[in-house]
Amino acid sequence: MHASRLQQLLFERRALLLGGAQLLAGALLLGRMGWLTLREGEMLRAAAEDNRVALRLIPPRRGLLLDASGRPLAENRPAYGVELIPALAGDLEAALDRIARIVPLAADERAELLENARSLRGAGTLRVASDIGWEAYATLNVELADMAGLQPVRTYVRHYPGGEAFAHALGYVGPPRREEWQASRDPLLLHPGFRVGKDGAERGLDARLRGTPGAERVEVNARGRVLRQLDSRPDTPGETIRLTLDRALQEHLAAFVGDESASVVVIDCTTGGIICLLSMPAFDPNIFSNRIPAALWKTLQADDHKPLLPKATQGLYVPGSTFKMVTALAALAEGVPPTDTVGCGGRYTVGGRSWHCHRPGGHGRVDMQRAIAVSCNVFFYATAHRIGNQAVADMARTLGLGQTFPSLPIPSLRAGIVPDAQWKARRFGEQWSVADTLNTSIGQGYLFVSPLQLGVMTARLASGRVVEPQLLAEAVRPGFAPLPIPPDWLEVVRRGMRDVVNGPGGTARRARLPVEGVEMAGKTGTAQVRIITAAERRRGVRRNESLPWRLRDHGLFVGFAPVEAPRYAVAVVVEHGMSGARAAAPIARQAMTFLFDKEKAETDLARLLAERERRRRAAEEAARRAAAGAAAAAAAAAPPSVPAPGAPAP
Amino acid sequence: MMGLLNARWPQRLLAQPWGIILLVLGIGGFGALVLYSAAGGSMEPWAASHLIRLAAMTLLMLLVGLVPPAAWLHLAFPLYGLVLAALVLVEAVGALGGGSQRWLDLGFIRLQPSELMKLALVLALARVYRFLPLAHAGRPHGLWLPLLLVALPVGLVLLQPDLGTALTLVAGGATVMFLAGLPVWLFVAPLVLGAAALPLFFNLLHDYQKARVLIFLDPGADPLGAGYHITQSKIAIGSGGLAGKGFLEGSQSHLFYLPEPHTDFIFATMAEEWGLVGGAALLAAYGLLFAWGWRVAFRARDMFQRLVAGGLVMTIFYYVLINLMMVMGLAPVVGLPLPLMSYGGNAMLTVMPALGILIAIDQEARRHEAPRALGDP
Repeated sequence: MHASRLQQLLFERRALLLGGAQLLAGALLLGRMGWLTLREGEMLRAAAEDNRVALRLIPPRRGLLLDASGRPLAENRPAYGVELIPALAGDLEAALDRIARIVPLAADERAELLENARSLRGAGTLRVASDIGWEAYATLNVELADMAGLQPVRTYVRHYPGGEAFAHALGYVGPPRREEWQASRDPLLLHPGFRVGKDGAERGLDARLRGTPGAERVEVNARGRVLRQLDSRPDTPGETIRLTLDRALQEHLAAFVGDESASVVVIDCTTGGIICLLSMPAFDPNIFSNRIPAALWKTLQADDHKPLLPKATQGLYVPGSTFKMVTALAALAEGVPPTDTVGCGGRYTVGGRSWHCHRPGGHGRVDMQRAIAVSCNVFFYATAHRIGNQAVADMARTLGLGQTFPSLPIPSLRAGIVPDAQWKARRFGEQWSVADTLNTSIGQGYLFVSPLQLGVMTARLASGRVVEPQLLAEAVRPGFAPLPIPPDWLEVVRRGMRDVVNGPGGTARRARLPVEGVEMAGKTGTAQVRIITAAERRRGVRRNESLPWRLRDHGLFVGFAPVEAPRYAVAVVVEHGMSGARAAAPIARQAMTFLFDKEKAETDLARLLAERERRRRAAEEAARRAAAGAAAAAAAAAPPSVPAPGAPAP
Repeated sequence: MMGLLNARWPQRLLAQPWGIILLVLGIGGFGALVLYSAAGGSMEPWAASHLIRLAAMTLLMLLVGLVPPAAWLHLAFPLYGLVLAALVLVEAVGALGGGSQRWLDLGFIRLQPSELMKLALVLALARVYRFLPLAHAGRPHGLWLPLLLVALPVGLVLLQPDLGTALTLVAGGATVMFLAGLPVWLFVAPLVLGAAALPLFFNLLHDYQKARVLIFLDPGADPLGAGYHITQSKIAIGSGGLAGKGFLEGSQSHLFYLPEPHTDFIFATMAEEWGLVGGAALLAAYGLLFAWGWRVAFRARDMFQRLVAGGLVMTIFYYVLINLMMVMGLAPVVGLPLPLMSYGGNAMLTVMPALGILIAIDQEARRHEAPRALGDP
């Protein structure tokens, strides 16, 4: 009993010790909790707030682009999208699988997203899809409410109501490139909803269209989901910018051009405002601004009509006969009177080599006005030979050829080539020759010009002033310096161009305007795409129609109207259009008709579209019949004795 | 009618330890309140089943309280053997299933034998020292059996591997041996040796265990990675301040920054909304529970009951201590729930029968004291 009593005493002492240790532990825990709550409380409260509250940028709404009359060319359409923070989502593939059940993702889209996720920094956000529609947005919100890192968002997508017709003039928007972010370190560029201009005016005017971002404080849970907005500072949208373009005209011409590979430039001669800058075919900038599907990109790239090239500003063409006015004006500027005549016998011979006129028998004795009207090559050979190439090249530059017009908010305008002795020495290390002079005088040889330059050239010679092209409505101003040519001499060139369209023997009589009291002056041009060999010349000129499309000549036309008081200048290039009179002149005529008699132009267009539709149907029908006929013939061939009923009679 | 009035049930009802029942229901009910908030102000999915479980387990506690302590003396070794067998079974099933498994699926519950072992070990060791004279207890021939009783389950649990439970088993066993009156040097020497062997031991740990220890030593090193748990838990507790953010107002738990807000980190969930005041109240409640347990131990009738009572109090205490040290950033994350508060059945399955046994010991002591107090023969 004694031992057990001792053991009880030991137990009680040690139990008291353990109880005391418990008290000590309790005090330690209470002290630790007091330390955390009271001493570090403020800091930890801040940390909790930091967890809960995220400061987010609100990307600024992009400025609007309007046409001259205030109709929208580029606007912002409210849309729904879905964003994902891969760092929170964990398994990205599985996350995309779950999203794809609601928002279909193409295989290439997926690959692109995975690729983009790899280059994402930290807890960066990925825009999975941009324009998913309200239903998908609502479904995502409900069904994937618990998915970590997923955020259905309301955004804006850029919308171009003019569509394809303005794809090249305006460009499109897209996410900023990595290099842009690396250069500026602007956190706005990392925002998945932020877009920058990728081409055309969108890119040229990007700085003004961007605006300033707003900011918001939002409550965010650990899965990255925004729960509510706590407060916000609104964004300042980018500037609304009015352009000189005429949306109605450009859409009208886009429809008129149809399937041709063509560019049309229309300039207001009095203000320099570009009212049409069309390059067809094009792409839908509304699709491009969302995401460029790889398959579509490939198709567009492979298209021989080059829908990705802004041909009006970046397409370079041999100007052909449309250049003859430059030679004429150069002569006038050199003091050669317009009354001087040249005898055309169908060829011009220098040093034993002959240069041909397009009319084998020759034009006889022609003055400047007549030479332009009938496009007599020999007159311009002789004139250029007389004044020298440098005068021609200088005049070409005065008229805008070889220039890039820095006042235009369009990136990568191309200068083209206005060749002279210096240029040839630099480019080829060769001496300028008389042959070069003669070739250049009729717009052949090394010359390369863009449709925009042709438009400016026409506006300058029509107005007699150094018209500066503008795209911004705010920048246009009349009152340009006059060209260094006596006005009545200049009038001779204009009259020559009037005769091209309206006079007897003019090369573009089908470009006559169907508008009472308004006459258009113009000049056709045809640029060879292939080299005509001597053998071919002996055999006679091959007809363009017999050549494959890509070997046919380019058709050009420049013109202005009204003749007496030029208001609009137009330049049209139709790739492989075979001739300027045939392919390009009708487009210029339609542009002018629209500008002077809109109703008439619209009736004509409607008729044309109906006719095209009828022809398309007829072709389809014929193809169907041919297929059916072939099938019937095959069927008839099997049992030779019995003719198939309904088989076409031979 | 008179028979009903004259029956013994009013006395039996009054004789129930109502104080302790209310305390248990109070802590458990508070747990349900916190679970309600953690679910964003909803009884589902945790609070409702927590309350049902609490009610069922309280009944179990009272039932166990009806079993006389003498029965536990007889059942101690068979129970120990049964639970040990279950541990072996878990190990075997785990090995066959190709992975670590800690529970047996009994259909209605996923039974974790290692939890029950905490009870069984205390009972078995108390049983040993009930009959082992103190003079022999410190000698090798008196040491081998108790050490074997501790080593077998600890070894099996380490195989799982579950370091936290193994350590609590060692602590529970050592506590009973300490209270039994074994020489003090037997406890001091292993502690010193253990401290010296710590680096060696550290190398034997699994990678995830090493990571937990390293993260514990420097939680800021990788705040978004493995240190996330500790950091977020400290933020939750500290941001609660003195009086808390208010019921249903905890942003850390509601916005999912706090991991496991309903199980291991329920104290942080509570502290964020109830503040230091709530924490102190909860600590006081646990303190009351332990004080009552020690009182039971001091009044116990014999050495077996004394050792069982002391051992069980400390076993529950280790649960609370390790969990709270973990959530306050004083210990590595070991994945131990807070008894009565945390959602889940296995901790309750250990704690409630333990409290039941304490009640049984208490009742027996009262039965022997009460008549004397009343002056009856």
